[in-house]
Amino acid sequence: MSSNSPVGPRLTALDALHRSLGATMTDFAGWDMPLRYGSERDEHHAVRTRAGLFDLSHMGEITVTGPQAAALLDHALVGNIGAVKTGRARYTMICREDGGILDDLIVYRLAETEYMVVANASNAQVVLDALVERAAGFDAEVRDDRDAYALIAVQGPESPGILKALTDADLDGLKYYAGLPGTVAGVPALIARTGYTGEDGFELFVKPDHAVELWQALTEAGEGAGLVPCGLSCRDTLRLEAGMPLYGHELSTELTPFDAGLGRVVKFEKDGDFVGRTALEAAAERAAAAPPRVLVGLVAEGRRVPRAGYPVVADGKVIGEVTSGAPSPTLGKPIAMAYVDAAHSVPGTAGVGVDIRGSHEPYEVVALPFYKRQK
Amino acid sequence: MNIPQQLRYSKEHEWLSGAEDGVSTVGITEFAANALGDVVYAQLPEVGSTVTAGDTCGELESTKSVSDLYSPVTGEVTEINEDVVNDPSLVNSAPFEGGWLFKVRVTDEPADLLSADEYTAHTAG
Repeated sequence: MSSNSPVGPRLTALDALHRSLGATMTDFAGWDMPLRYGSERDEHHAVRTRAGLFDLSHMGEITVTGPQAAALLDHALVGNIGAVKTGRARYTMICREDGGILDDLIVYRLAETEYMVVANASNAQVVLDALVERAAGFDAEVRDDRDAYALIAVQGPESPGILKALTDADLDGLKYYAGLPGTVAGVPALIARTGYTGEDGFELFVKPDHAVELWQALTEAGEGAGLVPCGLSCRDTLRLEAGMPLYGHELSTELTPFDAGLGRVVKFEKDGDFVGRTALEAAAERAAAAPPRVLVGLVAEGRRVPRAGYPVVADGKVIGEVTSGAPSPTLGKPIAMAYVDAAHSVPGTAGVGVDIRGSHEPYEVVALPFYKRQK
Repeated sequence: MNIPQQLRYSKEHEWLSGAEDGVSTVGITEFAANALGDVVYAQLPEVGSTVTAGDTCGELESTKSVSDLYSPVTGEVTEINEDVVNDPSLVNSAPFEGGWLFKVRVTDEPADLLSADEYTAHTAG
């Protein structure tokens, strides 16, 4: 799966294949990953209208097993993980004792006493260390499975049809945020209906040895439907249009889930103590009493693209900061997500701009997401 | 990688055509366009302004980044490519043809512009 040499980036099982497809590669969290194969705009449109194929093997899989697997995760994470039914997944977060977000996660319950936690590549080690530390005293085992899986995603409206040609698994019965073990193109896979693009789609966790075979089978099955390989560049513009946060941009240890507008992921009603509970209760009260900065969408009136870190301004004063920005292939205009003072956060608020390298460009405040697919 | 023989090149990946009536055309190379990715915004120098060899005279913005545009020569800008302003993707689709950026009446050019072969070696490095 990866070359774990201390020098050089880690390579996914699909590395040679990416290079044979002419991918532009980029370092991402210590991994050499495809940034794009051709035009990132074309790849973006393919996912919105047809289908795209992604290598996401850099994501960090951590397996938690044992009689107290659920109890451990309820203690370690902010969500109500024990309540997740077998075969379902949950979006959740892991926080520090002070409530700061260490990472956002997807947790799959594979069996009564078996979970798979999927962390962001950049945080995988931090999450693993935290789970191991928090497992003390629990009858549960935390296993680093980063090298046990390759992860291939097929995303877009044509993805169910493409996948159906390759599997007998009951895809129609597989709801959004569910996962089931099955066989795809003869390869054993955990088939999950999750995604980070705003489209319907599937993520397939397979053994690294099977990755090339599966990728090629999907490529072949998707040929008629217009499936194309897609890199991380379009993944970023897709998730931005869908209003989905990216750790290191919209989420950080400096923020609690309540500061990020994601307080709903914190389940105070669950039994027992969990790491960060006290701090998060205080954060929830603070947020209720005096709204913190709000994560909003900004749409450019002009053509200049706001970037992460650029100040958001109104009446010549700084009222916020851009966390992610890009030209939106779907809207045809530059868009951004930004944290802005609550007073300026209502959609349609007049007089808001972004300081783009010294010039204040006008932007429209809109509610997130920028794009919602027609179900 | 396409590197036309008849052009000259700067180390910052701009190309310069031969002069017609003292006016040369400037653009960025296919190598630079590929490195940028999809160009979404082009800020070009103003017609009538003076550009200086090696200095920034505009910027090209792509999905992922902003890059300064350097002038390969010194002179007066006589024309800018309005087609690129309206459709910056021309820089990607035809960097040496329809994606040209501006025309300049050259008053001075640096001694270190590269031939096509030298630029080929420069990009292979």
